[in-house]
Amino acid sequence: MRIIVLIKHVPDTWEERVLDPATGRLDRSASERVVDEITERALEAALALKDSDKSIEVVALTMGPGESTGAIKKALSMGADSGIHLVDDALAGADAMTTAATIAAALRDAGADLIIAGNESTDGRGGMLPAMLAEHLGLPALTFISDLVVEGGRVRGERATETATSVVSAALPAVVSITEGMPEPRFPSFKGIMGAKKKPVASHSLADLGLAADATPRAASVVLSCEPRPGRTGAEPIVDDGSAGQRLADYLAQQRLV
Amino acid sequence: MTAALVHIELTADGAPTDAAAELLGAATVLGEPVAVITVAPGSDTAALVAALGRAGAARVVVAEAAEVGSVIATPQVSALAAAIDREQPSVVLLAHSVDGRDVAGRLAVRVGGALAWDAVGVTRDGDRVVAAHSVFGGAYATTSTIEGGLPIVTVRPGAIDARAAAVEAPAVERLTVEVSGAAATIESSTPVRPSGRPELRTAKVVVAGGRGLGSPEKFALVEQLADALGGAVGASRAAVDAGYIDHAAQVGQTGTTVAPDLYIALGISGAIQHKAGMQTAKTIVAINTDASAPIFEVADFGVVGDVFTVVPQLLDALQSRRSA
Ligand SMILES: Cc1cc2nc3c(=O)[nH]c(=O)nc-3n(C[C@H](O)[C@H](O)[C@H](O)COP(=O)(O)OP(=O)(O)OC[C@H]3O[C@@H](n4cnc5c(N)ncnc54)[C@H](O)[C@@H]3O)c2cc1C
Repeated sequence: MRIIVLIKHVPDTWEERVLDPATGRLDRSASERVVDEITERALEAALALKDSDKSIEVVALTMGPGESTGAIKKALSMGADSGIHLVDDALAGADAMTTAATIAAALRDAGADLIIAGNESTDGRGGMLPAMLAEHLGLPALTFISDLVVEGGRVRGERATETATSVVSAALPAVVSITEGMPEPRFPSFKGIMGAKKKPVASHSLADLGLAADATPRAASVVLSCEPRPGRTGAEPIVDDGSAGQRLADYLAQQRLV
Repeated sequence: MTAALVHIELTADGAPTDAAAELLGAATVLGEPVAVITVAPGSDTAALVAALGRAGAARVVVAEAAEVGSVIATPQVSALAAAIDREQPSVVLLAHSVDGRDVAGRLAVRVGGALAWDAVGVTRDGDRVVAAHSVFGGAYATTSTIEGGLPIVTVRPGAIDARAAAVEAPAVERLTVEVSGAAATIESSTPVRPSGRPELRTAKVVVAGGRGLGSPEKFALVEQLADALGGAVGASRAAVDAGYIDHAAQVGQTGTTVAPDLYIALGISGAIQHKAGMQTAKTIVAINTDASAPIFEVADFGVVGDVFTVVPQLLDALQSRRSA
């Protein structure tokens, strides 16, 4: 079985993340890039399956600029067998439609039995790419699932929406997106880090994927404006001297909040 | 006026979710609000249509599809694609919910539209639909539009205040939809039971607890204060990870974004990822034993103190205020 895990390099959520006001795009120089934790969990899900069946091959795929090779290296050092990097200058600032079309083109002939992604990235927060890929590829999608079992050629998981919690399943091949309910990712071992250097990484441009730079989807999302909003400043906190509960009640009443 | 199609999600009881009124309210400024519901063939939709009329639907497209409820997203996608074909709308609005996102993503690929997601406002500027977004926990306000295709916009629940005027008897058009596309099967489903509390995403008051609460039993204090204030219960990721409460209560970067009138953080340190989900609240109150906790940087009223002494006193004070 071949599992392709979609990983994403994102600005570190521990730092202040900065948009370029002129373009509304990420200011790449402003913050450190890390592998989005939810995509590390997606990789963990694949590696956990591989732990119990060594014949499973795990491939880490990312789309991003040159520096995103760092994300693939991390995935390889955690235990992925190989990497695929989709990289092309024409993809700078790609919207969801272009991203989905590009990744779908790379997946189309990649022979994946299972494609695992995070449910939503910490920078884009769209949470739609897995469904879009499934639509492009004509595959079922088990989205936002918080556990994952592969058995008898089917994948199954629990999916919580705002209105119901369901058990959902599909025959392989399928697209899956996982939530934070899935286990935390493992750390790369020393052996993993050393071994990662020898693992193959394929790099594909749009032309390699048979997509001309102008053959990306016609409809596109365009940023019109981008304004930073003033940060918040807190008031000096009071130290409880035995009356803080009372004082808080008074404050809430004054503010007409109770 | 061209149609602004609104995808209506239904609860397990077959009623529209709270998002319906917000989406129809948003749709009125964009075009003629036309609700699309996807139901099993032969369903009685009279009550549903009346409810959508009250929420402002000028017309209702009732799409009948055999697989509704037994597969994820494709019946609704096929219904919307058919409705788009017929109505030639200028925009499609959906809730930025779990199901709404699946439907929107597939629909955009299927009909060659493009996406604007998690909008906190929508307006029309000439021919263009403009979506407003709140990015990185409210650190940026951005606007976007769609060029070259049908705008498919998901709207953040609770963000739209506008409501459409009620429509007495909306015209109903029925469609029979052939569902296409491979889909995951829904094997079994348990409806979310109503908690009796307001919904986290749209509540006016949120009381959230963190790791400082110490145990699932002691987390009850958070619920007690929430109930005293008529608010929703929230939590930090650490509290969710520790099993004090369900993930649905998580506020923050990877949880729910809330913007209530009042947010009370109990035993929450205020990590940047937590703040990303609550720092646009109108008033923030924090109680924490650690004077250097970052939550105080955003709190309008901070108490350096123990939640287990401060909150009971607060509850008593609220109680005596009420009985006074
Ligand atoms: C990619 C990513 C996404 C994340 N997403 C989220 C998210 O969506 N939401 C989120 O919350 N976090 C998120 N986090 C985690 C975040 O970094 C913090 O770990 C988390 O918010 C900490 O939760 P906490 O404040 O409850 O716990 P802690 O940081 O452990 O804080 C507990 C606090 O309780 C106080 N305390 C202890 N006892 C008492 C008492 N008796 N009375 C009063 N105060 C007391 C302590 O002083 C301390 O400040 C994310 C992290 C990453 C990397």
